[in-house]
Amino acid sequence: MSAAAVGEPQRYLEDQIKWRRVELAFWAATLLPLLLTPSYLVLASQIAITALFALSLDLILGYAGMVSLGHAAYFGFSSYTAGLAARWGWGEPISGLIMAAAAAGLLGYVTGIVVARFQHLALIMITLGLGLLLAEAANSASWLTGGADGLQGVRMWRLFGVFLFDLYGYTAYCYALAVLLLAFLVARRITYSPFGLALRGIRERAIRMPAIGANTTAYLRKIYTIAATMAGAAGALLAQTTETVSLETLSFQRSADVLVVLILGGAGRLYGGLVGAIIYMIARDQFSGLNPQYWYFWIGMLLIVVVVFLPNGILGGLARLLPAARRSA
Amino acid sequence: MIASAFGVLFDGLAYGMLLFLLSVGLSVTLGMMNFINLAHLSFAMLGGYTAVALTNNLGWSFLLTLPAAFLAPALLSVVLERVLYRRLYGASELDQCLLTIGIVFVSIAAAAYLFGTVQQAVKLPPYLRGNIAIMHQSVGVYRLFLIGMALMVAIAVLAALEHTKFGAKVRAAVDNQRMARGLGIDVDRVFAVAFALGSGLAGLGGALAIEIVGLDHAFALTYLVYVLIVVAVGGLGTIGGSLAAALLLGVSDMAGKYYVPQLGAFFIYLVMVALLMWRPLGLFGRR
Repeated sequence: MSAAAVGEPQRYLEDQIKWRRVELAFWAATLLPLLLTPSYLVLASQIAITALFALSLDLILGYAGMVSLGHAAYFGFSSYTAGLAARWGWGEPISGLIMAAAAAGLLGYVTGIVVARFQHLALIMITLGLGLLLAEAANSASWLTGGADGLQGVRMWRLFGVFLFDLYGYTAYCYALAVLLLAFLVARRITYSPFGLALRGIRERAIRMPAIGANTTAYLRKIYTIAATMAGAAGALLAQTTETVSLETLSFQRSADVLVVLILGGAGRLYGGLVGAIIYMIARDQFSGLNPQYWYFWIGMLLIVVVVFLPNGILGGLARLLPAARRSA
Repeated sequence: MIASAFGVLFDGLAYGMLLFLLSVGLSVTLGMMNFINLAHLSFAMLGGYTAVALTNNLGWSFLLTLPAAFLAPALLSVVLERVLYRRLYGASELDQCLLTIGIVFVSIAAAAYLFGTVQQAVKLPPYLRGNIAIMHQSVGVYRLFLIGMALMVAIAVLAALEHTKFGAKVRAAVDNQRMARGLGIDVDRVFAVAFALGSGLAGLGGALAIEIVGLDHAFALTYLVYVLIVVAVGGLGTIGGSLAAALLLGVSDMAGKYYVPQLGAFFIYLVMVALLMWRPLGLFGRR
């Protein structure tokens, strides 16, 4: 085997991981809401949280090809963990976030042992079942979770002992954005690593991977745990910035929503979930006067159209358009 | 206590029969095309609302609306199969899930727009109401009627699958789609017909369900889980398996609701996850 052949995958990965100018521009633009639309910072922090949640789903769905209809389980579990910690007197945000995300990660590890063994319909059913199981458990344990009324009395301390979580959302947005950026760096590092390549291999052909010596279930377990931790961070952020937790954080609706966000933006391309979150949340804010029933009509229509006409989401569509535009120019 | 145990068993049986009607079509179509149709209960909902509209607005007798509740979703499913579903045969299960969840959302919104978000009720004819005594036990006439209907459908479907040429084609396609194609069976056509019949049966189930579990705009999502459990536990494409799983689920869910109401649906989900972990292909699955 020649040296070049050994070096090639390495160089391939090194080429990929270089930061592009568009990416830097994107992250610089995330600071714009602070300057341009300070009255929309609450919405902006909601977008950042949704983006983080979608990013976590992208890791398992977009890269490892695991379809989950119950990803809200980790989001909600961590939301309740963070909320309860603050309610019981530990309102320090950062340690609370880490603890809640770790709890979600632990749940992800335990359930991942089961989930990673399944594929296709059984996988969808198992994730759906686990999500419903947890939602139902939270509903039954109303002495702990507050049931349908939601968890009340969550009081957060100041961030770093200085910045108060206020109504305007300055602190909330900066905090959520920082966590999102951190998680994004981790996700970026993972997807451009040999581990990330192995995941893509599993996505493309799960049967061939063991043939080249890869332990696919171990890989899947690992990424599932990571994704659950990240979803947990998003859930904890929501609980901490809104200072309340509702059963809705665990609902099937939320699992479906995040799927819509990711598919809308484009799965398997890191920025898909981020772009999807921006468009989805702004659209929902604009149509908030609409009855939620009718909002879901348009979401349903959107899903049908995206699946039939735009199989790789908005970013996929752009990626296909751009070279064509360049050629014709 | 014995009387209530009988009552629970009877109600559970009726409920299970209902679940069988709602899920049998999905079991066959999923087994044949591996198409994950999460919108199956949207067709059931259409059947239910057809029955409601015909009885309450046009004054039809409930029994007369049942054929309509079968036909309306069957016809719609032919259209949808042509326009949407057909594009996604052999596509990833994610795409199939997304498309059909989209259809569920649209159908829920449409139902809320047309009928509002209140629980619907149908006016039953007098001979289907009240109770009669069988072996000194009082049983609801409507539930008896429901069990009878579902048994007739089960026998008809089973007979059609086992003893007609079309049924043989369906079984061949479920067993091995590629081989069936190789033998010159037009699997797409067979599937389209089976899909329409399954949707029709779901519509019939939806109409019959109104009196038992009610009907509102969220029906397509609320009972989807139950239907998926029946399909997953019963195994794909087996009528007997679906029937057994539906009855098991119906009786155990009813018993759970009577005896340990505080657990809610928790128990059912737990059983489903445990069963799937133990036998991913379902209790009676062959593949």
